[in-house]
Amino acid sequence: MKALTAMCSIMAKDMRTYYLKPPNISWGIIFPLAWTGMFFVKTGTGLESLQGVLPGVVAVAVLFGTTSMLAVTVTFEKKGRSFERLLLAPISLELLMLAKTLGAIIFGIANALVPVAIALGIGGIEGIAWGPALGAVTLTSIASTFLGLFIAVSVSEVFEAQTFSNFFRFPMIFLCGLFFPVSQLPLVLQPLSYVLPLTYAADLLRYSLGSENVLAPGLSFAMLGMFGALLFAGSLHCVRRRWIA
Amino acid sequence: MIEVRGLTKSFDGVRAVAGIDLTVDRGELMGLLGPNGAGKTTTLNMLTGLARPEAGTIRVAGIDCTRDPKAAQHLFGVVPDDSNLYPELTGLDNLTFCASLYGMGRAERTERARLLLEEFGLGDAAHRKFGGYSRGMKRRLTIAAGIIHRPAVLFLDEPTTGIDVASARQVRQLVRDLHRGGTTILLTTHYIEEAERLCDRVAFMVEGRIVTVDTLENLLSPVSDTHVLVLVTADPTTGLTPELERLFPHLRFEVVGAREIRVESRQPIAVGPLIREIEERGATVMEARRERPSLESVFVRITGIHADQMKREKERKGGGGGAS
Repeated sequence: MKALTAMCSIMAKDMRTYYLKPPNISWGIIFPLAWTGMFFVKTGTGLESLQGVLPGVVAVAVLFGTTSMLAVTVTFEKKGRSFERLLLAPISLELLMLAKTLGAIIFGIANALVPVAIALGIGGIEGIAWGPALGAVTLTSIASTFLGLFIAVSVSEVFEAQTFSNFFRFPMIFLCGLFFPVSQLPLVLQPLSYVLPLTYAADLLRYSLGSENVLAPGLSFAMLGMFGALLFAGSLHCVRRRWIA
Repeated sequence: MIEVRGLTKSFDGVRAVAGIDLTVDRGELMGLLGPNGAGKTTTLNMLTGLARPEAGTIRVAGIDCTRDPKAAQHLFGVVPDDSNLYPELTGLDNLTFCASLYGMGRAERTERARLLLEEFGLGDAAHRKFGGYSRGMKRRLTIAAGIIHRPAVLFLDEPTTGIDVASARQVRQLVRDLHRGGTTILLTTHYIEEAERLCDRVAFMVEGRIVTVDTLENLLSPVSDTHVLVLVTADPTTGLTPELERLFPHLRFEVVGAREIRVESRQPIAVGPLIREIEERGATVMEARRERPSLESVFVRITGIHADQMKREKERKGGGGGAS
């Protein structure tokens, strides 16, 4: 119960203090919105193309929305030494890091709703499997958040976290089959796609948002779960090795 | 309450803490006194779980913290040398947040936070953002945050460094009050006067080692029966001491500056004859003052490090202010 109080408090404090900071607004809200707008307003393809681009846009919204948060909630606090205060609290490191990421996961899910709501508003979307879609968005948000966490604990400065995030985020937009199938990539790049979590996220989102998927949904769920677990474990290892040295 | 055996830590091959042993009894206020780089903060970090010891054992209230650094964290509060609260939160929000980290319920933490803000003279600033506080206010709020959950043990790292004299006085009074209330306190400082004024026992720490640890009474006893007189003259006293030593063989003379002579004796010093002899040799005595034996003289005698040297080092590293 005490740990739960601490966790909720950390999450609430982060959301209240950091989520509307300029880097988060620009990368976490404006950028995904701009992408959504860009794809939905594109000319010459008609409304029937919405179904095709929606999974990619949702994936981008979640990816950017989540990864941007951790640079501030973790790296910024580490830099200002207030993170030490959390390390001194009598809760396990696992729970502490979950508390630090829970807000970003929720933010990522909320971000995913923006393009979905716009698409529904415009019309021409059908066949959404809401249950699997929620599962897909949640898992995508978890995996992206933990990717952001891993980056945030691997660097020392906020700007490094943002730059390093882009090093992963932008290539993933093109390598993970968000807007065109992985099969259309040069053969040499295709194996790379399958070691990136967003490939599975995009495929799962396509399946649940009524688009054509390539991989078995069960496999995508499992792979996203595995990526999430590995990235979280890696982040904890980094904190123990570098911050409690 | 705190028991440390053979605690060791190195950074990049440099030994920061070299196998120290330390015991702090329940309700005791123990000071770790030493210059910059002595290993005081590293020791505190290992005790609180912010750094991993290479070797040695730590026990707090019987709990083995070496195996599980988290196990005893509910028992202690930590006040770091830097005021590391959240600049975007108000004083009240900072305290309630810190209380929530220890699982305190909403009503209890708000009541406790308000009480501490009043006690620490920050009631009027409760709804102001921490980032806008003065250094002294920040330090006081950081101490309040350290004791928000009523810890049995408090670790204080350089509590008065970097704050003005008036705030330092307030902070010292707060520490005294906590000590009187039964809290076990381990504080680090490079201010000898601070250790002397506050602590029951003091450990001198130099280059990662504890060179002496004892009660203030025991530390001062070798110098307690020494009488010290300082004479300040208007003219330089160069070459005067050999003659004075010949005239007063039971006294020990030391030229401190060009115009200052320090006289030490195991017996009370007769001031009149001494001043007459000096003035007959052409130096006008402007001031004669008796100095009580202090921890500073003991520290200098044992470590060879002067208090001014420690203060200067700390100020160079950006931690002005301090004890007075």
